[in-house]
Amino acid sequence: MRTLIFGLFIAILPALGLAAAPGGPLDTMKPDHTNKESLQSGAALFTNYCMGCHSMEYARYKRVSDDLEIPVELFEENLIFTGAKIGELMKISMSKDMAAGWFGAPPPDLTLVTRVRGESWVYSYLRGFYKDDSRPLGVNNVVFDNVGMPHVMVEMQGLCAVEPKIGVGASVEPLSGNINNSDVCPEYAIEGSMSSADFDRAMWDLTNFMSYMGDPVKVERERLGIFVLIFVAIFFIFAYLLNREYWKDVH
Amino acid sequence: MNKLVNWVDERLPIVDAWNKHLAKYYAPKNFNFWYFFGSLAMLVLVNQLVTGIWLTMSYNPSAEGAFASVEYIMRDVEWGWLLRYLHSTGASAFFVVVYLHMFRGLMYGSYQKPRELIWIFGMLIYLVLMAEAFMGYLLPWGQMSYWGAQVIVNLFGAIPVIGEDLSLWIRGDYLISGITLNRFFALHVVALPIVLLGLVVLHILALHEVGSNNPDGIDIKKNKDENGIPKDGIPFHPYYSVHDLMGVGVFFFIFFIVVFYFPEMGGLFLEKPNFEPANNLKTPEHIAPVWYFTPFYAMLRAVTVDLFGLDAKFWGVVVMGAAIAILFVLPWLDKSPVRSIRYKGWLSKIALAIFVVSFVVLGYLGIVPATEGRTIAAQILTVLYFLYFILMPFYTRMEKTKPVPERVTG
Repeated sequence: MRTLIFGLFIAILPALGLAAAPGGPLDTMKPDHTNKESLQSGAALFTNYCMGCHSMEYARYKRVSDDLEIPVELFEENLIFTGAKIGELMKISMSKDMAAGWFGAPPPDLTLVTRVRGESWVYSYLRGFYKDDSRPLGVNNVVFDNVGMPHVMVEMQGLCAVEPKIGVGASVEPLSGNINNSDVCPEYAIEGSMSSADFDRAMWDLTNFMSYMGDPVKVERERLGIFVLIFVAIFFIFAYLLNREYWKDVH
Repeated sequence: MNKLVNWVDERLPIVDAWNKHLAKYYAPKNFNFWYFFGSLAMLVLVNQLVTGIWLTMSYNPSAEGAFASVEYIMRDVEWGWLLRYLHSTGASAFFVVVYLHMFRGLMYGSYQKPRELIWIFGMLIYLVLMAEAFMGYLLPWGQMSYWGAQVIVNLFGAIPVIGEDLSLWIRGDYLISGITLNRFFALHVVALPIVLLGLVVLHILALHEVGSNNPDGIDIKKNKDENGIPKDGIPFHPYYSVHDLMGVGVFFFIFFIVVFYFPEMGGLFLEKPNFEPANNLKTPEHIAPVWYFTPFYAMLRAVTVDLFGLDAKFWGVVVMGAAIAILFVLPWLDKSPVRSIRYKGWLSKIALAIFVVSFVVLGYLGIVPATEGRTIAAQILTVLYFLYFILMPFYTRMEKTKPVPERVTG
């Protein structure tokens, strides 16, 4: 038994290595891919505000429409702006070469951004813009210094006059819908249409959607995992009994 | 059924083979926990081959299409996500079971006479496995695939005179490109698996020729009954086949928890930057190989002094190569009259413990970015790693061993 525990310890050792994330403090965002309402609202925000420049070219509209239970007609009418068919990949009209000429670097594809940077980073980034006249677009971001992207959501959030306080514990509780510590900005240079709490909720939905896009099979995978593990556990019981039966006469 | 078996057996010795390797292969009956990992390595090998074949059906080995085709597998191919996670988790699981399997060998002296060839075939398997894993890691064509390969292939460039040409020859280009991807793909899916399978066959044939070692390190063939069957032996089939089945159950339980709930393993099994397509103009902040290479990577980085007019990097490569090469001569370094750690003296026990700790901590140091303090730690641990081997002829001879029992102790 002692060797067994030791062996298992060795087996999980690799898991203990990585924990630290680079960069400054972030607000924690734990996605919930079962919250369809949030995902739908996130999809609407993404297609309306982000997809002008950012593609999700590894994913298909149809999959989103199926998984998020958005009827195809409704989806085509309200969420596809490029004239693409529902079965197509979520590409954008802007070519990468041209975008590189305009912005210095083409806006990255965002299908997998939450898997590269993590949900908390994306959630903090989306809420981290502030006024900075030294930058060409007049804005900067607390989690992405010298950011090349304009503040697309300025009409909703407004523009913070100083660096917003990211990483001091703002959070959205997905089940209760409670929003805590959303007042990240003490002073606005431009007032937005949304309260800071509503904006946090909207960005939570958007991040949740992007997280879903990075790992669309997560809910199904975790559901299936239970059955697989139950099967393996039952298999083990029979293997154990069989082994005991064979070995009982061996001394 | 019997007639069919007879018909085949007259033309191909299948009954003979069945008996020699399973039904009448007498294994010591005191195998413990550490003896599961050989058969588990076989299980993972089969998993890698089967999932690999199906992944190949949808994968596109080109610089333009590789990354997208992996996402295509993850999203559009039926059960593609499961195939891919089984394969990627299997790669790490392979190294977990192989490292534990090797540790078992170190502990019980399974490399000692007459099992030197088994050990050497095993080491060759380990070597090919590293090449296989390294080339496989390029295939998703993510940032870490690309830059990891860049760093490793550039190591060959540190060799004096021929280095630059050698790394050029390996890449087939001046930098990692679609040409490299294509050749790595060919090696990963055809050449290396064939070599690997051949070595596994040799490993097992050599094992079955001399018989399995056991936790006591006793030669069970010395004590035979009137039928010539070792008294402490037991037929591999059915006794150890059902026993291993139990091990398979436990292994699968842990394996599937990872596959279904932690496929990235916090960035250890699938590194986060690898979800971004390869970009030869954008070097990641921190390039780290996958966890199973990191002990050797830490040794490489630990060497910081230029020597004899040659670059520190070259000596790093030498140290890294030596760290693996020295394992090959292990059977001739151990001068102990006993095999198992159970009967060796406390010097051997301490040496093995230090070796394990240095290997694991080096593995950790290879993952995290280097700092001055960490580099010093890696240097000390690298020295300790080598001392385990270099001093082995001395401490195994000096120490007082315990008497080995006649029969296995269970």
